[in-house]
Formats: sequence, structure tokens, C-alpha cells
Amino acid sequence: MPTIRIDDKDYEVRDGKNLLESCLALGFDLPYFCWHPAMGSVGACRQCAVKVFKDEQDTRGRLVMSCMEPVKEGLRLSIVDPAAKAFREQVIEWLMTNHPHDCPVCDEGGSCHLQDMTVMTGHDYRRYQYRKRTYQNQYLGPFIHHEMNRCIQCYRCVRFYRDIAGGEDLNVYAAHDHIYFGREKEGVLQSPFSGNLAEICPTGVFTDKTLKAHYTRKWDLTNAGSVCPHCSLGCNIFAGERYGEIRCITNRFNSEVNGYFLCDKGRFGYEFVNSENRIRQPLIRGRLVDAVSEDQLLEYLRHLTGNGNIIGIGSPRASVETNFSLMQLVGIDNFYQGVNEDTAFLQKRVTDILESGTLRSNSLRDIESSDAILVLGEDIWNTAPIMALTVRQSVMKTAFSQTVQQISLPSWNDIAVRELTQEARGYLANAGTSGSPLDKLATHHVQAAPDDIARMGYAIAAHLDPSLPPLSKQENELTARTGEIALALSLARKPAIISGISACNEAILKAAYNIAWALKRMGKEVGISYVLPECNSMGLALTKAPSFEKALGRLERNTGTTVIVAEQDIYRCLPEEQAEMFFSKCGKIVVLDVLHNRTTERAHVLIPSASFAEGDGSFVNNEGRIQRFYKVYAPENNNVIEGWKWLERIGGGNERIDQLHTMIEKGLSQFAGISTEAPAAGFRIHGEAVPREPHRYSGRTAMWAHLQVSEPKPHQDNNAPLSFTMEGYKGIPPAAIIPFYWAPGWNSVQALNKYQEIPGGKLTGGNPGVRVLNESAEPRGDFFTDMPEAFSARRGRWLLLPAYHLLGSGEMSMESRGIAELSPEPYLALSMQDAVAMNATTGSTMVVQIMGKAYSLPLKIAETLTDGLAVVPAGLPAMPVLPFGSWVEIVKK
Amino acid sequence: MLSHIRTMWLVFLHLFRKKATIEYPEEKVKLHPRYKGRIVLTRDPDGGERCVGCYLCAVACPVDCIALQATEDEQGRRYPEFFRINFSRCIFCGYCEEACPTYAIQLIPDFEMAEYRRQDLVFEKEDLLINSQGKYPGYNYYKVAGMDAGVKAKGTGKNEDPPVDIHSLLP
Ligand code: SF4
Ligand code: SF4
Ligand code: SF4
Ligand code: SF4
Ligand code: FES
Repeated sequence: MPTIRIDDKDYEVRDGKNLLESCLALGFDLPYFCWHPAMGSVGACRQCAVKVFKDEQDTRGRLVMSCMEPVKEGLRLSIVDPAAKAFREQVIEWLMTNHPHDCPVCDEGGSCHLQDMTVMTGHDYRRYQYRKRTYQNQYLGPFIHHEMNRCIQCYRCVRFYRDIAGGEDLNVYAAHDHIYFGREKEGVLQSPFSGNLAEICPTGVFTDKTLKAHYTRKWDLTNAGSVCPHCSLGCNIFAGERYGEIRCITNRFNSEVNGYFLCDKGRFGYEFVNSENRIRQPLIRGRLVDAVSEDQLLEYLRHLTGNGNIIGIGSPRASVETNFSLMQLVGIDNFYQGVNEDTAFLQKRVTDILESGTLRSNSLRDIESSDAILVLGEDIWNTAPIMALTVRQSVMKTAFSQTVQQISLPSWNDIAVRELTQEARGYLANAGTSGSPLDKLATHHVQAAPDDIARMGYAIAAHLDPSLPPLSKQENELTARTGEIALALSLARKPAIISGISACNEAILKAAYNIAWALKRMGKEVGISYVLPECNSMGLALTKAPSFEKALGRLERNTGTTVIVAEQDIYRCLPEEQAEMFFSKCGKIVVLDVLHNRTTERAHVLIPSASFAEGDGSFVNNEGRIQRFYKVYAPENNNVIEGWKWLERIGGGNERIDQLHTMIEKGLSQFAGISTEAPAAGFRIHGEAVPREPHRYSGRTAMWAHLQVSEPKPHQDNNAPLSFTMEGYKGIPPAAIIPFYWAPGWNSVQALNKYQEIPGGKLTGGNPGVRVLNESAEPRGDFFTDMPEAFSARRGRWLLLPAYHLLGSGEMSMESRGIAELSPEPYLALSMQDAVAMNATTGSTMVVQIMGKAYSLPLKIAETLTDGLAVVPAGLPAMPVLPFGSWVEIVKK
Repeated sequence: MLSHIRTMWLVFLHLFRKKATIEYPEEKVKLHPRYKGRIVLTRDPDGGERCVGCYLCAVACPVDCIALQATEDEQGRRYPEFFRINFSRCIFCGYCEEACPTYAIQLIPDFEMAEYRRQDLVFEKEDLLINSQGKYPGYNYYKVAGMDAGVKAKGTGKNEDPPVDIHSLLP
């Protein structure tokens, strides 16, 4: 660790960093704009000037941009030097000559990096009396608002959008002091990561349009750390509430999970919490008055659950706690997973592989630091968006690290590294049934039928491990590439294998395992990831409960069985007829859920449950990391409580999450560690809880005064060391319970620097979350040898496969207006050749026949689709649930 | 002893001075124009609501007695959807007025706000918004802001260049 001398004091800093990050890591306040921990330095804004001295004798020194200057042993610099200070102040003053008088109506205000830096440099009075430059704005879609006058030309937006997210439709136009950041023409931003612009842009040029619709300043939000409920990655988020509504979602950094970025589904998919469609009142249907009080409800349910003929259906989007409480209430043998047989089977395969400890279950950070990646049969762009973004970073970083090895160049010197790297990329092979935007980056990309992808996987493993039987000689052209893929993986130090269950194919999961295990046997630092469909799919799968269809069999045997469904829409996991059959066999149906849906319509007893925002709980992400989410606010309606609390109330259990965790650990050893995922509710720092509200939360004595002029007593929280007020511990709390980022002088999201060990590094005290799927010290494993037959198209029949859409396939996120607006219409995709053979063209109405039922869908021709496959979008509200992975008849209408 | 007598003498002399107290409410108090009393929300010279819902008054208020929610019209002009002051908490410090970037919220020379019920001291926007510019005539925030919120087009405000032609590379 080199020692540098800052303002005549010695400090130890990390090697290989630049002066700016080193100063920030030491806690100095040094202003900056264009540098970003995830994007490196470009030296564009000239804001981070410091004075560097040649040696001890040098008194004049020279001004340098600290973000462009590497740390050197013995380097002497000054932050407070008058010339450096004056320079930084002047830079802001120049930027401000064109800055509009917008703060009061600017959504960035109060969480604005430009405001913070202006105050930090001391510029406070406009001396420039001349004209300001102005721009026209553009319409950029339902998520991002554009107000170009506010730009300070730091280039962060385009660097994020193009370099990090790989988007192409945002760019910089015009020249000199007229440069313009926008699209060539007005229109919806195409990247599904566009929402990050609101956080990346240090000014109010790009802001969250959904927040604008019910605008609240950052200081007025009640916040808590939470976990994104929209896919299996479990990105860490902050949710902010005001007046009983969730107002916005922002990124909560976790260097092992999502880092600095979220996808648009995660950021904008929160509107379901505020939806009109929420269930708010417990009902017992068929009475004179359906609506019942809590006491009536509990009495009825205790009576109903008393007779023992009862089953529970858990859910992949309910918390671990809710599923466990249900399991306890109905008895472990009467608990079923609320997923269909196929999904349960595939997920069991995944948990079996990961629980065996043979392989490391990769975190996103592991993927980012890998140097070769194979994606086998999973469309991660749509099913695990931030994983796709991570794969992108990994591929770029691998190429960069090769560059910086060749000539000595610090890796943070972004422009130089990118210039030198040019088009070189790290190794990525992407095999899927449909094309993916990742293909652009991939050295090899393959589109094939699931069975062929699996065969390809088996073949790659056979190349890597001679003990495996190779494919026969006369294989199709697809397997020609397996040798090259195997070679690339075998040359890597740390290869990563990614797969998932969305292709509905078990052989793919096995093939991915085989490859990873073969690499492991070669001594590689290999890891594997399986993408699952929902936020707690892993948590549900780990219960090992039987699937839904097993419950169906049970209902057929015993009539009059009471069924409790916890937060799952049966109509979304089973085809219509089967769902109907299920309900016709049930006795009384008790449903707990967040939103009204077709299942809740069938309920005899309907119970409102809290969403992620009003409830406490934990999800297990695809990696096997248990992550805690906290109640953001206590809703006025006390009917809206967590599913697990309702179930505990029915069973007469306790309502303390800490005690529940102890019971979970006792009952289900696979969740061992859940009690340590976050500090216990009684945790205090200097006797104080951590406030959910910033210390300048406003309106406390007026916000509810129209109802009752005396202020209500703040809600007490028995399940978290957080308070629902602005009073409490003001410093930096343990990472798991950080409710928002703020530090003196740092009001914007960039205050995060103060919460990390070093900028871009771990959160101080370690990242939150507990991993339950760990690699064993002495892994032992076997290969799977049951390679599937090659795929061959059948006459008049097609293999039906799902296409997941980032914006559209999510049950909850579709309640957000912007997401619904950008989601696709239903369609049926066939290959060009199949379409021509049926004499059909784009837009022709095709009829899919499944078990005597006909579904009409407009045709979309997918150029790269394999003949014999039919793809339809999954999960759209307008789409029926179809038996994916089975053969169907299709005719042209 | 002597001081007691002196004090009583001074008190006695006051009997012949002019009275400081007045026969309120029959007689009204004369207040200075800058007296900080009743809070109002004013309008800009065009008659539009001045308040842009920026929440600065609310955050400046030491007793947190202002609550509002900003919303927008079709042109993008911000205004408060509701604006509430709990006068049973207000200490008439005037911080809100000082914080207000648009001269919308003003404290005016009027203190006759007493109520029998505390609940009646909760004022909504309807009770606060007046049809006048108050103490600061002539100011229209949207004329000096950069945004186009239906008040002036981009580049037509005071000290603004016309919008940049982004297709030109000329200096
Ligand atoms: S739009 Fe924002 S991020 Fe982009 S250059 Fe301007 S200030 Fe920087
Ligand atoms: S990638 Fe998944 S978990 Fe992350 S923000 Fe998007 S939907 Fe949420
Ligand atoms: S006068 Fe002072 S106490 Fe009253 S509303 Fe304004 S800031 Fe608050
Ligand atoms: S400070 Fe002025 S403009 Fe801002 S919300 Fe208050 S009254 Fe409205
Ligand atoms: S942060 Fe160093 S020049 Fe912009």
C-alpha cells in the first residue's frame, strides 16, 4: 500500500487507484462530475482539480485532474491549496453561466449532485450577466423525462448508455458549447436499462418520469432497504413512500448483486403497490355482508382450519416467511409449491445440483469477474436483465484487462483503455432458442431447439473431459462449434456457465452442469448460475414440497379439502382447464394476495396481504442468497399485513420475524443462516433505532392534520431496528438496514461513496445477504450421461416455447402504466420457412390447437428461429397459459 | 426604601402619559407592511398560481407545519394539488417566505386568525390562495426559469439565447 501525502499528512492508500478515488475513500470531500466508480475516469469535467507537488521542496506545484492521476508512492498533493480551490470554484461558475434557474421545478433538486458540488466549491453568486444557452427537449418514452437546458456536458449519460448498457439510440449531437445529449429523433429509449440515466446524470436532465407524476423530494420520503420483486436476481433497492404511496425505486448498492444499476422493470415496476386493484378488505364470500372484521375472519378461519383436511399452496413470489408460516399452519405434508409440475421438476434439478455443493453458485460479481462466459439456453436479457448487463461488463472488462496488461495503463483510464481495446471482447458464447441483444457481443452465438442446445452442451463437456462419450461424427453443423467453445472455456482462468429453466428443458440444466463440472475437474475457478422465474422461486424450490399437480391428485382423493393459496394466481401457472378442475375439486378456498386476479375471484375467503413495500420478509435469489426486505411504511389500512402475519394469527403463532426465523432454521435446515441475514429487531446503535426518514423530512405536523389536528403517534416497528420517524441514529448503519444514502454535503445518490469501504467496493461492514448454497470444500460429482435425441421438426406440429419479455411478462410489473405501454401484443412466432410453407405472412392469423382448444394469434416471422419451433410470449395478461415444451398443432386461419 | 418611592413615583407619572393599549377589537391595530402574520399564497402578474410546489417552504419550516403535494397541468406547469398549513403549530417565523423562490408564500400584516376549535386552524389551499401578488408585484417565476411550462417558449425568457440548432456544427 503506497503512502501519499495530502495537505501535509501521510495516508496509506490502495495501489492502482487514481487520486480522486483515493481521496474520497479517505473521506475527503472532493468535487467531481464525470468520474463514476463503475465507469472510470475521462477527465471531461475539470472539476476534480488538486495541486500535485514535485517533491518536498516544490512550493508552486501544478494543478492536475485528480481523477486522471495515478497514486504513486510518496506523492504529495493538496486539496485545500488556494489555487486548486479557486480553480474548482471557477469551473462550477463556468458551468453555471448556462444553467437555468430551474431548481424549484427540477426533480433532481434535493438529491442533485450539481447542487452539492456547487455548495462544496463555494460558488454562490452569479456574476455573469449575459445570455444563457437553451435547448429543446425530446420525448423519451414513459420512463425518462428530458430537460436538456440543465446539462453540464459531463458525458456520463452517453458513456453509461452506450458503453455500459450497450444502447445505441442515445448519443451526443452538435458541437462546442452546443453539444446535445439525446436521441436522433424523439422517441422511446430502447435500452431496458434507461432508468439508470436518472441516477447517472448528475443534474436534472434525465429524471424519473414516474416519480414526476406524484413528485416528492428525496428529503420527504420514508424509505427502507428492499429487494426487487420482479425477477430471480434479487437486486437490492430502496423504496420511498409519501402519503401512503410508493413514489420511487432507487438503486441500493450491493457489490455482490446489482452494483450500481437496475433494469427498468425493477425501477418502474412499483406501481402495483399503489394500484386500484389492491385487495384491501378481508372478505368471506356468500354471507349477507362479505366484508368482515379481523376477529370474524380469524374465528371463521380457525374453525375452518381446525378439521385437518387442509392443504396449503405456497408461492414463488411470496416471502420465505409466508411460505414457511403456511407450511406450519397446514402441516409440512400438506404443503405444495404453487408452480406446475414441469417447473417444480426443473427447479428441483437446479436445487439438487446447487445443494450438492459440487459447484459454486455464482453471484453477479463472480460473473463480472469471469473471463469466459457460456450462456446455455436462457434468454437472460429478458429473464434476468441485470445478469445480462453484468455479462456485458464482464466481456468488456476481460478485453480491457488484456489491454492493460499489454501496456501499463491504469484500468480506470476509461477512454484510453477503450481506444486501445477497440472491438476486442472477452469470450462469450450465447446459445438460445431466439436471438438476444447479447449476440452482438458474443464470439459464438447459436440459435437452436432446446434439445440441440443441450446436445451442444453435452458435446462441449465431452471435449473438455475425455471420460465423456463424444457426439457421433455425423452431427449437424451446430456441434461444429462445440470444439471452439470448449477450447475458449478451457483457456479461461475463471469461466462462468449460465443456464436456466425458461427453455423448459431439463437436459440443458444437466448439460450446463456437465460443462461446469468438467471445467472444475480441470482446476478452473468455475461457477454456475441458473436463472429462475420469480423473486423467491429458489426459496420455494428449497422447501422441496411437491408441485401443484400433486395437490390436484390429493384433492381428487379427499373431497371437501380446504385450500389456502398464499399469493399465487393459479390461472397463471396452469392452463385454464386444469385450473378450473382444481377449483372444482376444492372445498373452501382461502386466498391471500396483493392484487385481485382470477384466483382471488374464486376465493371463498379473501385476505389482503402486504406487498414487498408494506411488509417484512426475505427472498432467496437465484444464487441462493437470502436477502431481507423491510417494511417501507405502515399502511393506514391495518388489514394490509404480511401473509406470514395473517397465517401466524390464524395459527395463534407469534408475529415477530426474529422468532419466526429461529423456527425456520429449526424446521428447515436448508435455510440455516436466515436469522443472521440482518440485525435483529432489538438492535440499537447508542440506544437509537435507524430512522426511515431523512432528518429534514417535512410536513410532520401538517400532513395528516386535515383528518386530525393532533399528530398521530408514530407507528412502532417490532420487526426491524428501524423507526418510522426522522429521529434516531444519524450515522452509517450496518449495510443490511441502510434506509437511504445521505452524508453531510452529499444529498444525491453519490453519498454512496461514504457507505463503501472504497468507492465501488463493498459496503462498510460487508454486503447484506446470506448465501445458503455453498460449494463444498471437497466437491465430488458425476456427469450426467443421458444426452437427449437431436431435435427434428415434425409435420404439422410444432414445439411450443415461451418468449419472456422484460417489459410484459411480469405479473406485478404490468400494473405500471409505462411498462404496460411498452409491452408487446400477443403473437406467434415461426421460422421463415415454416411460415412460407403454410403460406402465411407477418400478421396472418394463426390458430394454435391445444387439447381441443383453439387460440388465435397474429404471426410474427422470426428469421433466426429453428424450423419446427413455435414461440409465443409468456406471462402477458392477454395470453392464456399454454403447455410450454409440448407439441401443438398450428394452422393458418 | 428610596428606590421603592422612586418606582411608585414613576408609575404614578405614567397615569398622565398617552395610552399604549387600544380598545381592540373596536379599534384596529396598525401593523407595518412587513409584519409577519397570516400566511397567504399569491398569484403571479398573469393571475396564475405562483406556487410551483417545490417543497422548499415545507422543508424550511422549523415546526414542519406545511404539507403539500405538487402536480402538473398539461403544459408541465407545476402547482400544488393541495397545500396545507397547520396554524396551530405555526410560529410565524417567516422562514417559509424566505425560502420561497417564487414569492408565492407571504406573511402579511394580519393576525386575526383565532378560532375556538383547534381543528379549524388547519388551512387548505382554498383558504390560503389570494387573488393578488401580495408584497412583491411583477415577479413571474416561469419567465426567468429555463423550463417551458406554457408561460414562455424555450429561449424567449429574459437573458436567453434562442434554442440551439443541434444539426449545425457552426460556431
Ligand atoms: S445530460 Fe446529464 S449526464 Fe449527460 S452530459 Fe448532461 S449533465 Fe452529464
Ligand atoms: S434485474 Fe431483476 S431484480 Fe434486478 S431490477 Fe431488474 S427485475 Fe429487479
Ligand atoms: S412562518 Fe415559520 S412556522 Fe409558520 S409556516 Fe412559515 S416557516 Fe413554518
Ligand atoms: S416555497 Fe413557494 S413555490 Fe415552493 S412550495 Fe412553498 S410556496 Fe410553493
Ligand atoms: S471528475 Fe475529474 S475531470 Fe471530471
